[in-house]
Amino acid sequence: MFAVRAHDLGKQYRLGEQHSAIDTLRDHLAHGLRTLVRGRTKRETIWALRDVSFEVSEGEVLGIIGRNGAGKTTLLRLLSRITEPTAGYADIRGRVGSLLEVGTGFHAELTGRENIFLNGAILGMRRAEIARKFDEIVDFAGIEKFLDTPVKRYSSGMTVRLAFSVAAHLEPEILLVDEVLAVGDAEFQKRCLGKMESYGQSGRTVLFVSHSMPTMARLCPRLILLDSGRLIEDGPAEHVIGRYLHGDLGTSAHRVWRDATAAPGDDWARLRSARVVDAGGAVADVLDVSEPVGIEIAFDLLRREAVFPWIDVVDEGGALVFSALDTNPVWSEPREPGRYVATAWIPEHLLNEGTLHVTVSVKSALLGRKPWRHAEVESALTFQVVERAGPTARGEFSGRISGPVRPLLRWTSEAVGAQEEDAPLLARRPSD
Amino acid sequence: MSSVSATPRVRRIQPSRRRVRLDLRELWAYRELLFFLIWRDVKVKYKQTAFGAAWAIIVPLVSTVVFTLVLHRGLHLKPEYKVPYPLFVFTAMLPWTYFTACLSASSTSIVGNQSLITKVFFPRLIIPLGSVVAPVIDFLCAFTVLVGMFLWYGRTPHWHAIGIPFFLGMALLTAFGVGLWLSALNVRYRDVPYAVPFLTTIWFFVTPILWGITAVKPRTQTLLALNPMTGVIDGFRWAVLGKGLPHYGIYLESLGIGLAITLSGLWYFKRVERYFADLI
Repeated sequence: MFAVRAHDLGKQYRLGEQHSAIDTLRDHLAHGLRTLVRGRTKRETIWALRDVSFEVSEGEVLGIIGRNGAGKTTLLRLLSRITEPTAGYADIRGRVGSLLEVGTGFHAELTGRENIFLNGAILGMRRAEIARKFDEIVDFAGIEKFLDTPVKRYSSGMTVRLAFSVAAHLEPEILLVDEVLAVGDAEFQKRCLGKMESYGQSGRTVLFVSHSMPTMARLCPRLILLDSGRLIEDGPAEHVIGRYLHGDLGTSAHRVWRDATAAPGDDWARLRSARVVDAGGAVADVLDVSEPVGIEIAFDLLRREAVFPWIDVVDEGGALVFSALDTNPVWSEPREPGRYVATAWIPEHLLNEGTLHVTVSVKSALLGRKPWRHAEVESALTFQVVERAGPTARGEFSGRISGPVRPLLRWTSEAVGAQEEDAPLLARRPSD
Repeated sequence: MSSVSATPRVRRIQPSRRRVRLDLRELWAYRELLFFLIWRDVKVKYKQTAFGAAWAIIVPLVSTVVFTLVLHRGLHLKPEYKVPYPLFVFTAMLPWTYFTACLSASSTSIVGNQSLITKVFFPRLIIPLGSVVAPVIDFLCAFTVLVGMFLWYGRTPHWHAIGIPFFLGMALLTAFGVGLWLSALNVRYRDVPYAVPFLTTIWFFVTPILWGITAVKPRTQTLLALNPMTGVIDGFRWAVLGKGLPHYGIYLESLGIGLAITLSGLWYFKRVERYFADLI
């Protein structure tokens, strides 16, 4: 029997509407006036989700993967009734609980105890149910001592733990979970994963979005892959992950914006292409730990301006690994309009294994303020860092090495004497 | 198994086009969330403000003192029912203060709860509903002052007092209706918070608060009763202080307008609520 059945589900947004479109009455009147004068202008629209059909059986755990902006969150928002589809329909059998964010509705002025009740109610739990699970929630979060302290005095880690604990005790028949496990410390993440796993085994239907392929492979036997709002693959996890990482999505290591007027940017600068290249300058979406990685950005400068290229590298969990800008002094003076190509070289033996997303942008500095973003494409590029062979920071160690970076450090060591009280504790240096 | 609503087993999610359905069963299923949101607003308000509940008393009380000095002593405005002018004005200030508190709370309520609207599903109606229920607590606080004034002036309540809950309900209905319009409009047009203080100021002067409705000609009374707050204030005053027959015609007319605002507000709110998460 199905728990969720989507049929040609689609969601259309007017451009610029999706996030904040604060139009005032004045804008509306102006628009109406323009319409009167020039006739109806067609507003640009975009399908965030289009013709998506799939079925999830009762008790199944389904993972949803895809690049940023592929429509994963939109799909969860439709199924949880936060927003309404533009086309198609979905049938849902059973009560839905959604967890699109950790700590929705948390109030900093209220105490931990008060927030457990408030947040629980917001997530759809009954008061009696929260009261019943109260001790369990507190225990899971490990905040007994701070129950009656306002949440504003909590560390961010404690807040996240408390918020997740409340959410983890939600027990609907169908659970929709967006990328929420990428929070908290490693130890807590492990517990959360365990909780999610037990969910799957308890016969509940779970729809789960994550960027972490290892997590997806572990939790979800079946995955669907979304790309630009369309469902392009549905099947066993390994198969879909394979297609996502290496398949025919077109390489995600090379992006070109051919139309100069529609290219991302403003009246000052527009991005024209972005590539991940290897040392030889060839596009590469899989690079070895021992190779340098080049991020190449081509952009048109339309007005004389002092701009600079900028990259943000984000790991598969969504955490920022680093941001960097081109600090070459040529960028600090206004430059003539024209096309520029800049390449950032990430040294070999710096990044750890995994999937990395690169946000590319062109910014200019405003004195005393945040940089002004002229052009920016979030997660424009994606590449994999793998480890084939050779001398790396792994050495003889064969387990997984955690952390966003894995530098090959220069280590020195020496034997300084017998294991005695007076054996020196400091390394001898030439100057000693 | 527990949690969430008592909805039918299979629910179809599809474009609702122009259909408007008031799902009262679902609203009822979410009554606990309504309670928690009200509880949150009340709690946070009293935690953050230095005077806390005292504000509920200070506002109508100080206004009454000023109005008495300026309008009664200065300009010789006369009260109705031969009661002291401060009592006359304070009685009207109670529902009026409640009403304005509702308007300012509900107009920004949807936008203010943005994080909830974009992340969780629940019937959106409970947000403006909560905004008109929470100020009832302030009303009750201020009501104790009215009791104090009765003792001070050595008055005893009349049997008319049984009408108090009815007129409070009428104020709630009107505030809810106007709040529905304002909260939904504010999602699209962020001009609303700027317009509300202006709206309440104008509204204050066309409502019989500083003066009694019997001071004007019957024809003008009928015209004034098109303002639903006229019926509320006049009725509340009759219930608290009144002598003689109530002004049924005025109450009925105001109630009718209040109902019309609420029904049209419900219709507009339900029509646009599906875009809230996309627009905010």
